[in-house]
Amino acid sequence: MIDRRGTRHISPTHVAARAAVTFLTLAAVGTGCTGGSEQTANAKTPPTSTASPGTGAGHTLVARNGIAAGQITIPGAEPEDGQWIRPAKDYASTRFSGLDQITTANASQLKLAWSFSTGVLRGQEAAPLVVGSTMYIVTPYPNILYALDLSKPGGPAKWKYEPQPLAAAQGVACCDVVNRGAAFADGKIFYNTLDNQTIAVDATTGKEVWRTQLGDINHGETITMAPLVVKGKVLVGNSGGELGIRGWLTALDAKTGKVAWRAYHAGPDSLVRIGPRFKPFYKTDQGKDLGVTTWPPDKWKQGGAGAWGWISYDAALNLIYYGTANPGPWNPEQRPGDNKWSSTTFARDPDTGEAIWAYQVTPHDLHDYDGINESILLDLPWKGQTRRVLVRPERDGYVYVQDRTTGEVLAADTFGVVNSTLGVNLQTGRPAVNQEKEPQMGKVVREICPASPGTKDWQPSAFSPRTGLLYIPHQNLCMDVEPVEANYIAGTPYVGMNVKMYAGPGGHRGVFDAWDPIARKKVWSVTEDFPVWSGALVTAGDVVFYGTMDGWFKALDARSGAILWRAKLGSGIIGQPVTYRAPDGKQYVAILAGVGGWPGAIVSAGIDARDSSAGLGIANAMRDLPNATTKGGTLYVFGLP
Amino acid sequence: MRTRTYLRRWGRVAAICALGLALACEREKRRFNDASPSAPAYAAVTLDTLQPGVPSPELTVKSPSEGNAYDIAQGKQLFEQWNCSGCHSHGGGGMGPPLMDNEWIYGSSPENIVATIVEGRPNGMPSFRNRITANQLWQLAAYVRSMSGLEAKAPSPGRNDEMQYKVDEQRTPFRTPRASASKTLPAKSERP
Repeated sequence: MIDRRGTRHISPTHVAARAAVTFLTLAAVGTGCTGGSEQTANAKTPPTSTASPGTGAGHTLVARNGIAAGQITIPGAEPEDGQWIRPAKDYASTRFSGLDQITTANASQLKLAWSFSTGVLRGQEAAPLVVGSTMYIVTPYPNILYALDLSKPGGPAKWKYEPQPLAAAQGVACCDVVNRGAAFADGKIFYNTLDNQTIAVDATTGKEVWRTQLGDINHGETITMAPLVVKGKVLVGNSGGELGIRGWLTALDAKTGKVAWRAYHAGPDSLVRIGPRFKPFYKTDQGKDLGVTTWPPDKWKQGGAGAWGWISYDAALNLIYYGTANPGPWNPEQRPGDNKWSSTTFARDPDTGEAIWAYQVTPHDLHDYDGINESILLDLPWKGQTRRVLVRPERDGYVYVQDRTTGEVLAADTFGVVNSTLGVNLQTGRPAVNQEKEPQMGKVVREICPASPGTKDWQPSAFSPRTGLLYIPHQNLCMDVEPVEANYIAGTPYVGMNVKMYAGPGGHRGVFDAWDPIARKKVWSVTEDFPVWSGALVTAGDVVFYGTMDGWFKALDARSGAILWRAKLGSGIIGQPVTYRAPDGKQYVAILAGVGGWPGAIVSAGIDARDSSAGLGIANAMRDLPNATTKGGTLYVFGLP
Repeated sequence: MRTRTYLRRWGRVAAICALGLALACEREKRRFNDASPSAPAYAAVTLDTLQPGVPSPELTVKSPSEGNAYDIAQGKQLFEQWNCSGCHSHGGGGMGPPLMDNEWIYGSSPENIVATIVEGRPNGMPSFRNRITANQLWQLAAYVRSMSGLEAKAPSPGRNDEMQYKVDEQRTPFRTPRASASKTLPAKSERP
C-alpha cells in the first residue's frame, strides 16, 4: 500500500480489511487469546482485556513499545516547576508534566480531593491553569473566570471575574458555546470571550487590566480558542468557518491590549502578511496573492479559515506555528479553486506576524477538514540525523511530521479509517483526493471517512519524552453528505451541506491511541463507545489521563495502555486534564467535567436527533448520549491519599 | 320513497363534497403578495401567560397562511433560503434550539413565531426586522408550526426535497406544546 514515492494508498478494501483485523484483534483480546509474546514482553501488567466490565472500552496492543527514553527531545524544555500556566503546558505543546509522584504503581489509589461547581452547564473544554498557589478556570459562555486558592483545604474561591459578554453571541457559536482556556504571563490572566473580546485580568486581584474588541458577531465571528502569550504578545484567532467569516490571527500587546498586528487567512498578500521572507516548501503554495486568485471573485471575503485551535512556539527559531480552519461554505462547488489559506499550517514571526512558510494541508476542502490541530514541536531522529519537526495528528486522518524550519512534509500516515483521500504525495505535498467521495449537488455521497469532525478534532494530544509516544484522543465517525446551495447572509450560517454522521467501521465512536512518531505506527490503542473529545495528559510517572463523554476519567499506563484507575464524574468529560504540585507538596490531577462541544451539544443544547441532520449532522451519531450523561460544569481534583 | 332516500343520500354526499371543496379552496388559496417589510400585525401579541389580575383580551390577528398548503410549501423553501436551517437544521436544532419538539420558549402561535423572527430573541435568535416581507413571515411561521405537527396534516408538506434526514411534516405527529407561553394552544377537538 506504499508506492515508490512513499505515498500510502488506502483502498476501500484495505479499510474494510483493517477494520476486520481490528475487530478480530478485539475479539481475541476479549477472549484472553493475546498470542503474541512480543506484546507482553515489556509490560508489567498483562495487556489482556484491560477494560473493566461495563466500560464499553476495548483495548488493543498493536506492537511493543521499543523506544529508548531520550531519543526524542522537546525543544526549549524547561525544568518542571509544578505549575500549569498555559493549556498546552509548554510552548512545544506536549502536555507533558515532569511530576512523578503519581505513578503506574500507585495511580489506582487516586481519590477525589475536592471539587468546584462552575455554575455553568455547557461544554467545559477549558484547561485549568495553576500559577503558584492559585488555580484559574474559565467557563463556557458567560466566560466567568474563577481564581481558586490551592493553599487552603477544598480550594475555596478567591475571586471571580465576570466579563458579561453579549448573550446574542450564543447565536453565532457553531458548536456549543465553549471556551478552551486562558493563559498566564506577566502577572496577568489572558483569555477570550465568546463575543470577540480579549481580556487581561490581574492574576492577584481579579481586576480587569484591559479589554479589546477584536471581532463582530454580526459578521458571524466568535472566539473560543485559548490565547498564547509569546514575547509580550497575546495571540488570538477567530472562529466562525460555518458563518462566512474572514479568518485571522491577531497579536495584542500584553501590556496595553493594543493590536500589534493582524494576519488574515485570505485576500491579497499584504493582508495575509506574506512578504519577502515567505518561503513555502511546495510549488502550489508559492505565487502572488494566492489568497485572492484561488477563489471565485470576492469569495475570499467570506471564506472562513479562522484560527480557533492551538499555537506552538519555537524560541530558538523565533517562529509560531498554527493552523487555519475550513473554508466556507462547506459546499465545495460554490468555491472552485484551492481556497488559500484555508486548512493551512502557518509558520510566522511572532514579532511582526510575517509568514515564513505555509503548507496547505487540505487544498479546496471537501469535508470540513479544518487544519487547526495542535503542532507538537520535537527534535526527532530521522534517517540518521536529528530533524527539527512538528508532529500534527490532523483532522484529515493523517499524522503529519513536518520539518518546522521549512515546512517539508517528512511523513503523513493515517491513524484512523480514511477513504476521502488516498494518501499524501510527499513530492507535491498534496493529498490524493478520492473522487468517489467528492460531494456533488443533487447527489447523496455515502460512507465518507472520516466525517466532518475528522479523525481528530480540537482535542489536544500529549507527548511523553520518556516513552517517545504521542497520545492521541480521537474519534471514529463516517458520514453521508448532500451539498445544497448556501446563501450568504452576514451573521447567519453559511454551510450548504446536509450531513448525517455515524460510527465508522468497528462500531465504536472513540479511540485513544499511543503513536510512535519514528516508527510511524500505533503502539497501543483503546476504543471507546463515544468519541474521545477530551484532551490528553501524560506525566513523568508514565501515567496518561483522558476522559470519556459518558463521564469516566481514566488513568492508563503510558507504556502499555493498561487501565490503572477510573472515576465516574457527574457529567461527560470534554475538558483538558492537567496536573500540578500544590502548596502541600503533593501532586494532583484536575479536570473539568461538563458534556458539550460539537458532539455533546445534543445534551448541553438539547438537540433533537429525530432530525438526523441536526447539529451539522453529528446528532445522528450521538443519539444515545442523552441516555449516558446529563449536563454538568464541575471541576474535579484528584490526589493520592 | 326509494328516490327520496337516493336523493337524501346523494345530497349528503354532495354536501360533504362541497364542504371538502370549500376547505380545499382554503388550502390552495393564493393571495396578492404583501411585500411590506416585517408586518406590524404581530405588534400587540402577548408573550406571557402571566398577566396580573384579569388577562387582557386576546389579539385577533389571524395568520393568512394557516392551513394553506401553498404557503406552507413556500415556508419550507424560505426556511432554507433565509438560512433558518443553518441554525435549526431541519427541525432538530444545532446553533439554535430544535423546532420539531414541544418546547416553545417564545410561544407557538403564528403571531408568536412572527414576533420572534422580527424582534429576534436575546440568547442568539437574530432580528430579521426590515429583511423579510410580511407574506414570507406568515409562510415561515406556518411551516415552522408544521415541523411539530401543529398544522393540519393535509396542507403540510408530504415530502422532503433533499436527503432523508427526518420524516416529512405530514407524518410528524402532533406534539402538544409544553408549558407554552403561547395563548393559542388549540382545544383537543380543534387539533389537526
